[in-house]
Amino acid sequence: MLTHLRPALVLTAALTAITGIVYPLAMTGIAGAIFPAKAAGSLVERDGVVVGSALLGQNFASERYFHGRPSATVAPDPADASKTVAAPYNASSSGGSNLGPTSRALLDRVKDDVARLKSENPAAPVPMDLVTTSGSGLDPDISPEAALFQVPRVAKVRGLPEDRVRALVAAQTQDRLLGILGEQRVNVLALNLALDAGR
Amino acid sequence: MTLIGWIQIALYCAVVLALVKPLGLYMTRVFTGERTLLSPVLGPVERGLYRLAGLDERQEQHWLAYAGAMVVFHILGFLVLYGILRLQAVLPLNPADQSAVAPDLAFNTSASFITNTNWQSYGGESTLSYLSQMLGLTHQNFLSAASGMAAAVALIRGFSRASTRTLGSFWVDLTRATLYVLLPLCIVYTLFLVWQGIPQTLGASVDATTLEGAKQTIALGPVASQVAIKLLGTNGGGFFNANAAHPFENPTALANFVQMVSIFAIGAALTNVFGRMVGDERQGWAILAAMGVLFIAGVAVTYWAEAAGTPLLHGLGLEGGNLEGKEVRFGIVGSALFAVITTAASCGAVNAMHDSFTALGGMIPLINMQLGEIIVGGVGAGLYGMLIFVVVAIFVAGLMVGRTPEYLGKKIEAKEVKMAMLGILCLPLMMLGFTALATVLPAGLAGPANAGPHGFSEILYAYTSAAANNGSAFAGLSANTLFYNSTLALAMLVGRFFVKIPALAIAGSLAAKKTVPASAGTFPTHGGLFVGLLVGVIVIIGGLTFFPALALGPIVEHLAGQAGQTFATGG
Repeated sequence: MLTHLRPALVLTAALTAITGIVYPLAMTGIAGAIFPAKAAGSLVERDGVVVGSALLGQNFASERYFHGRPSATVAPDPADASKTVAAPYNASSSGGSNLGPTSRALLDRVKDDVARLKSENPAAPVPMDLVTTSGSGLDPDISPEAALFQVPRVAKVRGLPEDRVRALVAAQTQDRLLGILGEQRVNVLALNLALDAGR
Repeated sequence: MTLIGWIQIALYCAVVLALVKPLGLYMTRVFTGERTLLSPVLGPVERGLYRLAGLDERQEQHWLAYAGAMVVFHILGFLVLYGILRLQAVLPLNPADQSAVAPDLAFNTSASFITNTNWQSYGGESTLSYLSQMLGLTHQNFLSAASGMAAAVALIRGFSRASTRTLGSFWVDLTRATLYVLLPLCIVYTLFLVWQGIPQTLGASVDATTLEGAKQTIALGPVASQVAIKLLGTNGGGFFNANAAHPFENPTALANFVQMVSIFAIGAALTNVFGRMVGDERQGWAILAAMGVLFIAGVAVTYWAEAAGTPLLHGLGLEGGNLEGKEVRFGIVGSALFAVITTAASCGAVNAMHDSFTALGGMIPLINMQLGEIIVGGVGAGLYGMLIFVVVAIFVAGLMVGRTPEYLGKKIEAKEVKMAMLGILCLPLMMLGFTALATVLPAGLAGPANAGPHGFSEILYAYTSAAANNGSAFAGLSANTLFYNSTLALAMLVGRFFVKIPALAIAGSLAAKKTVPASAGTFPTHGGLFVGLLVGVIVIIGGLTFFPALALGPIVEHLAGQAGQTFATGG
């Protein structure tokens, strides 16, 4: 065993230095030089203020905005650090609901959301993604159906013709890559920024 | 299920298959010490390392010395990682002021990363400093993967050599796997990932003011460099708690596709390395074919189950597949495919929460791991796991015709079969033994977040994932407790080394044997009959061992769900 000690020590130290220090630091330097905005988190600014990241969802509750999917992220309870409280779209503690397919908690949550959405727009079927939480709790996107579902509410609150809002949704809808990979989707933050810009 | 979904699956398989030959050729040259494109750059670095370490690169090792070197190396890696985690509060690169990691969590995490499991009892962004992520975890991601490849190459040499006592040098294989295979691929891959939007920065988290005026604290970090190796090395440990579901770890459909390809790339190409080194590429393709049959079957079931959705949600008037725990940009097919790949390959990165999959959709990942992750598998680990099953399959074939079984001209005798069975049996012992223990102890029963059969599945999944060195989770389980941290760590260590060391023992024993020339009575091991036999042996061994446990978990949950039953936590 002792004969293994020198190569073990030397290779551990050297390969650790290469893969644990040189590699990540060099990549940080190179990536920062080639893709500075992306390496820094694709931050979105409006009037000089960082309003979020283009890749992360954020919590929209106001009727004036399109809403993202429900989010199951939590934050430590300020009153008791051993507990957590709901904190939708907490970008410093990602995670999903982890509720299983026969969970009554899941059933109750979805039932409430479906009832609320039905009263908001009785004409259309409730889209699945608007009542299910994402894996990260930070899903930036909703399906085009989920965006169109919210058009009547947003148009009414903002006093805009529905057609104009619908056109906005269409303009913000991203197709599958090459028509094949991924799913059609609408980035909620981008859509709401466009909405605000066109007011 | 949709046509476009199946096109995505077919495209995925085509890209992986197209990479097998070129990558296999390159790795064969690396591990046989031939010159490669990168030799002019990396050769001096490699030779410098050997000189510092006092190694002669032509000095080969007996299998016991090979295994001993590997064990010493991992013990040292364990101690270094444990030290970094315990001391992160006083070490540099800690902009978020994370405190020291607790002893049981540090023990669990160290065991997890040296065994290539990357089970995470912690949330990355809320627990670890940048130094711990980079120096602690990224380097183990490289080295545990390189060590897996080394063991696979040693086992291949056992088959390809005759009448020799040595299997190559662990130190040389380890160094070459790191320098020539993992590092160059990761450098290119990291840049691709940043281009797709993954952050790579040492800056602290950013406070954004949302459109509604709330504060959103955005955790950042050197993410891309770790994501690259977590996938190529089939490690799976995420920078963030939500792993590849987090938009910063997997921002686009293209990133998702390439990530899936990168999980399988090296493992699939190793079957070609095997074929080339034993002098008959068809032998490698036959093994890959057996893997492919099992893979496609798994994908079909999971995709079907997730696309069909759950009676629970359909009962509320909703239509479509199960989207709970999935991201819109990946959709049903991108999530189902990823789940099957990551558990087939010992990766354990997740782009959707497996805990929220349908009962049957979540059962396939469980089965993939229970079979020992031999469907492509972890880099190296998948191939040596599969070759252990090959030994058993050949033995069974020999019994059927009453003839001493041979594989690639090597007689498979009592010693090899005993070692193979040791490797195969230690996994169910860990998976089922600890699950049984956890379901009778209060400390174990405190873990599950879901009630009823799903709670049982959460526990079974945890020990299965740990022993198989996968690292994915039914993440509802509260595993950051003394009981779970220590038992899961034990399962990971046994699951890694009690398969790897028997594999090396088989290699040593085979290398010492003479090669028997093929005759008319030799069972050809490159055709459909052999592939069918191998798949049959795997399914029978797996089925007999795990069916009772699956019946208590996902199967009963599926039936209860179809009958409209739900389970309340605490009830």
